[in-house]
Amino acid sequence: MLIWINQQTYELPLDATLQDAIALTHIAPPFAAAVNAQFIPKTLYAQTLLNDNDKIELIVPITGG
Amino acid sequence: MLTSTDEWKLYGETFKSRLLLGTSRYPSPDILAKAVQLAQPAMLTASLRRETAHAQDSPVFWKLLQSMKVPVLPNTAGCHSVDEVYTTAQMAREVFETDWIKLELIGDDYTLQPDTLNLPSAADKLIKQGFKVLPYCTEDLVLCQRLVDVGCQAVMPWAAPIGTGKGPLNAYAMRTLRERLNVPMIVDAGLGLPSHACTVMEWGYDAVLLNTAVALANDPVHMAEAFANAVKAGRSAFLSGAMQAHESAQPSTPTLGTPFWHHA
Repeated sequence: MLIWINQQTYELPLDATLQDAIALTHIAPPFAAAVNAQFIPKTLYAQTLLNDNDKIELIVPITGG
Repeated sequence: MLTSTDEWKLYGETFKSRLLLGTSRYPSPDILAKAVQLAQPAMLTASLRRETAHAQDSPVFWKLLQSMKVPVLPNTAGCHSVDEVYTTAQMAREVFETDWIKLELIGDDYTLQPDTLNLPSAADKLIKQGFKVLPYCTEDLVLCQRLVDVGCQAVMPWAAPIGTGKGPLNAYAMRTLRERLNVPMIVDAGLGLPSHACTVMEWGYDAVLLNTAVALANDPVHMAEAFANAVKAGRSAFLSGAMQAHESAQPSTPTLGTPFWHHA
């Protein structure tokens, strides 16, 4: 199936989890994740099943005002 | 009069400094670190963005943030809906491991004016989830009252639009707001000069939050120190009670016994 991570497309098997998707990236902690604009706590990555065309956002700390 | 114990409280936590500092737009991480070291702010603001090429400095910033040992106030900058705010705040809580959140809900991209109509409901939703919400808002009295009504223990009215450096544009409204509401109030956004910070502190505001005025100064490190001193001066002046202004001149030197008076 096709999923989106930070606006880039990736191919994953049908039973893939959020943890599988994150493993495709090289992101290092600390970061947080949302699937289809819903926050997913890191404790739930391994049990969050993905669906075709899901949109994942992985965000990291940056400077801010 | 200002004493060394002029502490203040937000959501039950005590702070010594009345300056909150943003971390963005500095020439380098090293200059940011030196500015923080001199200004000794109560909190540092930070944000979250997608992990892309634009966020490649994230590891450096994270390491710096941890080394500075100043409480972090994450923001929800760039959010345009209550749902976006809610999701961003939850992500910020996990990343920064704090319940503090600077609530930014933008209603107009040109002026970066807060969405005043939806701000109270966003604050309400966050407070019910245990966040310590510091809402970036306008100087509108009724809006600020509504934010307090839903549980905000402090409000953060702007002095002027973000990044303009214009200083307090609506002195009457800001002074009225200070007189009417009895919660900690932090002036957030629009300050450009230490004298602006001093002025709002003289009016009785509890603290100021600024970023651009320091970061874009020719010498951010010493401008940070200047703002810290201005905040202390304004606070001390407020506590000291200013004299009443008069329309006509009043000699400060006693006139009784003035030599040569009316000799001509």
